[in-house]
Amino acid sequence: MNSPLITLNNVSKRYRQLDALTSVSMSLNQGEVLGLFGHNGAGKTTMMKLILGVISPSQGEVIVMGGAPDSKEAWHLREKIGYLPENVSFYEQLTGLEVLTYFTKLKGFSGKDAKKYAISLLEQVGVAHAMKRQVKTYSKGMRQRLGLAQAFIGKPKLLLLDEPTVGLDPIATADFYKTVDQLKIQGTSVILCSHVLPGVEQHIDRALILSSGKVLAMGTLVELRNKANLPVAIKPSGLNGAVLEDIKLNGFFCKNTNSLKVPENKKMTVLKQLLSYDNLADIEVETASLERLYQYYLNLDPSLDLNSDSNNRTQRSTLEEAGK
Amino acid sequence: MSQILTVANKEFQDGLRNRWLVSITIIFAILSIGLTYFGAAASGSVGITSLSTTVASLASLAVFLIPLIALLLSYDSFVGEQESGTLLLLLTYPLSKTQLLLGKFIGQGGIIALATLLGFGASAILLYFQLGDSAVIQTFALFIASAILLGLSFTAIAYLISLSVSEKSKAAGFALITWFLFALAFDLALLALLVGIENGLTQQGLMQLMMLNPADIFRLVNLAGLDSSDVNGVLAIAINASLSQGQLFSILIAWVVLPLTLATFIFRKKTL
Ligand SMILES: Nc1ncnc2c1ncn2[C@@H]1O[C@H](COP(=O)(O)OP(=O)(O)OP(=O)(O)O)[C@@H](O)[C@H]1O
Ligand SMILES: [Mg+2]
Repeated sequence: MNSPLITLNNVSKRYRQLDALTSVSMSLNQGEVLGLFGHNGAGKTTMMKLILGVISPSQGEVIVMGGAPDSKEAWHLREKIGYLPENVSFYEQLTGLEVLTYFTKLKGFSGKDAKKYAISLLEQVGVAHAMKRQVKTYSKGMRQRLGLAQAFIGKPKLLLLDEPTVGLDPIATADFYKTVDQLKIQGTSVILCSHVLPGVEQHIDRALILSSGKVLAMGTLVELRNKANLPVAIKPSGLNGAVLEDIKLNGFFCKNTNSLKVPENKKMTVLKQLLSYDNLADIEVETASLERLYQYYLNLDPSLDLNSDSNNRTQRSTLEEAGK
Repeated sequence: MSQILTVANKEFQDGLRNRWLVSITIIFAILSIGLTYFGAAASGSVGITSLSTTVASLASLAVFLIPLIALLLSYDSFVGEQESGTLLLLLTYPLSKTQLLLGKFIGQGGIIALATLLGFGASAILLYFQLGDSAVIQTFALFIASAILLGLSFTAIAYLISLSVSEKSKAAGFALITWFLFALAFDLALLALLVGIENGLTQQGLMQLMMLNPADIFRLVNLAGLDSSDVNGVLAIAINASLSQGQLFSILIAWVVLPLTLATFIFRKKTL
């Protein structure tokens, strides 16, 4: 069990003219949760499909649980893999229970057990009240929950979740992450990709940032933060401008946000200095969020200004700035 | 095996739910009962000869209807699931492409087969009670068996279409063209060949050409009992050089197995 569950060695995938992935190498251990991030069209879904073996790499090798996932021998391993596709619409004319029972049977459960198990999964994701209704009457979030239930069938060893929280309400999202945490404890490895970054951080062990098919950064959040060396935002209150007087502090002061932008390695000295003030009422410390890390690494991408996707991205960030 | 049955069961249930089974059965039953009843009355005499005429007229209608129904039922079988994303999902399950294809075929083929049996069987029973002759059962058994094979053959052809295109609307278009080619254009082309090339096409050659169309094989099976004077067109000539029923059935079965095998092959090569 020391060998990783998934290994990608220099994997490239090309769709006709288009390089969807270029020499991607990574590995995932048992019980590890990997967050996969990247702009639209970065290659996240492609990477999942490669790991699932529904497409084959143009170059390099993909090894999942000791074998190539696109080989014949890998079929029995699929009982141990759960997948939530990014856009799937289940058989509309069937009821939620019928859909899930079908998939449960295909995962190897037999007759009666399948139905019982399907009901318990539907209860887990909170659509049991609507299980006798046709899927076409489901709301977006209910469909998403059904998809999640489908991915959880048979306590998979490996879960690939493509934008699992799309359409989920805040409570369902929290429930979802709770389930991920539980599965992780039971030894399930998870790859999840999401565009909603806040809220993901606490639940992932490592992050992988993709851009135009290339790996921009991979590692734990601490590693990524250290490498990026992004400043920590410290916001004291109650000092009434004393910060501007203090030569140890005023160099870090940032007018726009009314806070101190301090490099990671100076954080403690600045904090100690602030604490020496008696009239300090409160202090907020904000380390670089995943969102800021993501923006930082994406802006490092040299191909940023060359492809059309990046225009969207720059537009988006200007929009964000305008919003601030 | 259980995977195949799971898929087959789902497809069969879909056929029930979407009222395919009921509608096809009713269409076939009304058609065949109507033809049997009024056909016999129109010809004035009720007897064995009218039996073969009845089957012949049934066959000439069924040869248009059955391929159309089979194509309609199955053209979106794969491309539909591809569009909705469930095909991709199914392929990540412990289910091989061959199993999925066979499962679908058994389920949808089951719908066609059952509807054919019930629909045409109804008039067989009616006629049997009218005539009290066991020849009715024999003749209809042959007719129903070949009708089922014709349906299965076009189900397999529909899968070929469904797996070769990536949009549902395109599949529908191709299904329509396929129907037109096999049910109408093929015979026209044969006729043109016959007229166009003097002494060019022997009976033997014509026969061989007709084996390229499952619809024509079906016709041959069911018109063989007739005098050639009752049949017109290309068929009249072909019937004289007829193959044995056994041979015709084997070729019809090949028309089920070959497209299905080819469909499996295409499916294996297909990337999503
Ligand atoms: N079947 C295909 N044929 C051709 N090109 C494809 C195909 N699938 C994906 N691509 C291309 O590969 C690139 C990567 O696509 P992918 O779906 O992996 O992106 P993604 O990171 O999942 O994006 P999103 O966040 O929008 O889901 C895109 O440029 C896409 O256009
Ligand atoms: Mg995607």
